[in-house]
Formats: sequence, C-alpha cells, structure tokens
Amino acid sequence: MTAVTATRGTGRRSLPLPAGLRRCAVPLALLVLWQASVGLGWISTRSVPSPSQILSAFWELTVSGELAVHLLVSLARVSAGLAIGVSAGTVCALIAGLSRRGEDALDALLQMLRTLPHLALVPLFILWFGIGETPKIALVALGTAFPIYLNLFAGIRTVDAKVVEAVSTLGLTRWELIAQVILPGALPAFLTGLRYALGVAWLSLVVGEQINASSGIGYLAMTAREFLRTDVIIVALIVYAILGLLADLIVRVIERSTLVWRPAFIKE
Amino acid sequence: MSHALPRISTPSQSDTRPVVSVRGLVRNFGAVTVLDGLSLDLQPGSFTALLGRSGCGKSTLLRTLARLDPAPEGAVQLPDERAVVFQEPRLVPWMRVLRNVTLGLRHADAEARGLAALAEVGLSHRAHAWPLTLSGGEAQRAALARALVREPRLLLLDEPFAALDALTRLRMQALVETLWHAHAPAVLLVTHDVDEALLLADRAVMMANGRIAADIPIPLTRPRRHGDPGFIALRSRLLAELGVDEEHLAAREPQPVETRAAGANPAPGGFALPAGAAAAPSL
Repeated sequence: MTAVTATRGTGRRSLPLPAGLRRCAVPLALLVLWQASVGLGWISTRSVPSPSQILSAFWELTVSGELAVHLLVSLARVSAGLAIGVSAGTVCALIAGLSRRGEDALDALLQMLRTLPHLALVPLFILWFGIGETPKIALVALGTAFPIYLNLFAGIRTVDAKVVEAVSTLGLTRWELIAQVILPGALPAFLTGLRYALGVAWLSLVVGEQINASSGIGYLAMTAREFLRTDVIIVALIVYAILGLLADLIVRVIERSTLVWRPAFIKE
Repeated sequence: MSHALPRISTPSQSDTRPVVSVRGLVRNFGAVTVLDGLSLDLQPGSFTALLGRSGCGKSTLLRTLARLDPAPEGAVQLPDERAVVFQEPRLVPWMRVLRNVTLGLRHADAEARGLAALAEVGLSHRAHAWPLTLSGGEAQRAALARALVREPRLLLLDEPFAALDALTRLRMQALVETLWHAHAPAVLLVTHDVDEALLLADRAVMMANGRIAADIPIPLTRPRRHGDPGFIALRSRLLAELGVDEEHLAAREPQPVETRAAGANPAPGGFALPAGAAAAPSL
C-alpha cells in the first residue's frame, strides 16, 4: 500500500519525504502545536497537560510498576470476559446455526436480548454479583457474546449452498461436513464478529472499571480524576487505544493465517 | 446362471443388467408435476445424453439420480458408486485442489489416487493451488477429477460445459470422451446442446412433460465430425424432436465455432474439426 502511495506521490510532484513520514506530518505538527500552546500558557495545564507531561506521567507509572499492575488486572478481566462471551456466543450460534430446532429454541430469544444495551445492566449486575470481579467480567462476557453469535450464525447459514450440495455427494459424514466445510466457511464471519467483540470488550471494561473498582486501567483514570491528574487520565486513554489497536492487529494476523485461500490474501 | 466361458471384458461391461433402473418416477412440486411416471434404464458403460427444453424435468431427474432430492415415488435402483459434475465447479474454496479431489475418500492411498486423477485431467501442476486461483476450465477439470477419483459406475453430468467459453468447451468435451473410454462409467449428460449430445453420446433421451418423449440411438462412429451426413441427419431429427424449426434456427442463430471453421476451410468434404482432433487437447 505504501508503495502505491509513493508512486502516486512522485507522479504528481516529487516530495523528498517518505510516505510514512508524510502521513505522520499532520499529527506531529499538532503535537508540536499542543506542546507550544501549553508551554506559552495559552492552555491551562489543569484542563490539558502538555505532551511532555503526559510522557513523564507515562514514564513514572511504568517505572513504579503501577501501570503494569493495572494493565494486567484489566487484561485478565477482558480475557476472562472474552473467553466466556466468545464461548457462549459460539455455542449458541452452533446450536442455532446447525439445527432448525436449535434456531427455533434460541434465535428469537437472543435477537430480543441483543436489542438491550448491555451496559444498562450495570446496576443489576452490581446487585447480583456485588462489586468484585464478577460484574466486570460478566459485563464483558455479555457484551461480546452477541456479536459472535450474530455473525457466526449468519456465517453458518450463508455458506455456499451449492458447494455444500456438491460435497454432500462425496460421502462425508454429517460431522465431517460440518467440521471441514461448514465451519471453515463460516470462519470469515466469525472473525468479523470477533473484531466487533473486541471493541465491545474494551468498551464494557471502561464502564465496568469505573464503578467500584480498586484496580485496573479504568480505576487508574478514576483515581487520577480525584487528584486532578489529567496527565494520568490521558495516559489511561492512550493505553486503552493501544490495547484496542493490538487486539485488532491480533485478529488481522489470525485472518491472514486462516483465510489464505481468499484471493485478497493469495500472492502468486 | 453358469458361465462356462471366462469373462474377457471388464466386469462392468459383461454385466448386462442396467446400472440404473428407474420405474414410474413421480415427483411433484406443489401442484406442478415435474416427473410423471418416468422410466429409464442405463446400461453399464453407456453414454446417454438427456435433452429437453428448460423446465421439462431433466434436472430434477438428474438430482433424483444423484440422491440430492428426497426419495420420490417410484422405484429407483442406483449403484453406490456415483459421482456428479455440476455446471459450476463447486469446489470448496478453502481446500487446495488436491484436497478437494480426495475429499471423502476412505482409501489409505487417497492422495496418490487424487494426484493420478488430476494427472488424467491435465491438472497436476495445479494440485496445490487454491480453487479461486483456477480458470473456469481448470476448475471444471478439477471437478471432473473429483468425480473420476471415486471410480463411479454412474457419472452424472449436469450441463458441465455450459459456463465455459467455446474453445474450452471443445477441450472439455474431448476430455470427457477420453475419460469415458478409459474408465467406462455409465454417463448421463444433461445438456441443451444437440451437437454436444451427438458428439459424445450413444443415445439421446428426450424429455417432455416429465416423461421420456423419445429415445434415439446415436450409432455414429467415433471420432465424430459435425459435417458427416449421419451427424447432420441425426441433428435434424433431434432438433425436430425438440420442436425446433431448423431453417428458422439457421437464419437466427450463429453457427457453432467448429462449423464456422469448417466453412472457412477449402478442404473437400467439409473438413470440420473432428471430435477426435479435440480429443488431444494441449492441456
């Protein structure tokens, strides 16, 4: 992609900067402007800290090990919630997707539940599960189960019927057909669901950790608010952003390795 | 039933019982009767073309013989060794070509068999390719290999050449003829194309209104040529059976590629590209 951009660029007028640097130019300029306006006193450091302050806060939190502790707690919550949510979504989608009776039993119920904004369940979850880890993990699990269910269910149902018909003449057992043809066919849809699920997972975590938490990135941001540490709040935001990007990257890597048969990934 | 003489021919050919036997087949889609008491026998190793207008029930018959449709009314006897090639290749896109070919095979040497089948259709070099990188003709040859590797006694071909370009179609037709000679399955070829039926089949079965309307032997010698008098005579007869006015047709439709080539060729006797010539395609 960068090669294409570069060729297009040289075609118009030769800019000596490499493409990657040119893409970063505007954000970098904004950063410099930001630093300058804080330094010159145009913006109060109470509302917005300077980039250098954020950087030093980041360094402080890293060196003291505080950031790592909170990060690990948050990661553990997201992982646990995702594991439960993705498993539940997958199981439900398999039941509903692979059998008509399963669909009758589950689909209407899940379609109703999915219209509910799951974050609205926070008060109920606190009453049910207390203020420990359970409501936070449950929130992530509930939020992630639906995108997985919806996408995988649709994926199973939209596997090319003609291919399935042709394969059905080849003498496979039903389970072989499911394992070798239907599920791999639904994999792209599952990965799309997984991407959505990861986004929802972070969102649920942010909400969950700002209520009655005593650790985690969200807790870090909430306590920083009490001490007017805007720099720490922004560090927390940046950490969330990086985690989101990393999660997306992981799904991309999985796609790249499992969907090699797709023309977009084939290099011949 | 005592055979004093040793069997010389292959078992499938020495057995005179039909490999497919259909009696009184009835199939309804709601109020519409698609198959109306149809009966048909196919002999082992025979090549039968099934012709008919759209909606005459020929695809339904093929699907019944492929056991793709629920069991209908009537008696149907089929061999267990069946294979189908459809109009589209219908390969599984996330399995490499060889895996597609060997899918469902229980033999220990499935891979070797798959490679042999791919070699026969001239696709060895694409054994490890992804199906979506194949051309239309290559994909259809892979589908043919997938059918062939099962050593079918009944090979069902559902307009397998319809989606191919004219030149690829000629090569595929020749390939099918070669493979049929080599393996001698009973072939049932569903087609719209009278010329295709005359090039390949020994028998043309015409369907109309859910029944066999005509059963016409094609006793032409192989390789067959479009310009042969016998070919032309049978062509007229088949078209007449299909209710096509040939003169009207000639005025409206472009000639098939191979006949055009013959017209351009000054050689006496109308040197049309014979089926035999296409039987050695540069694969």
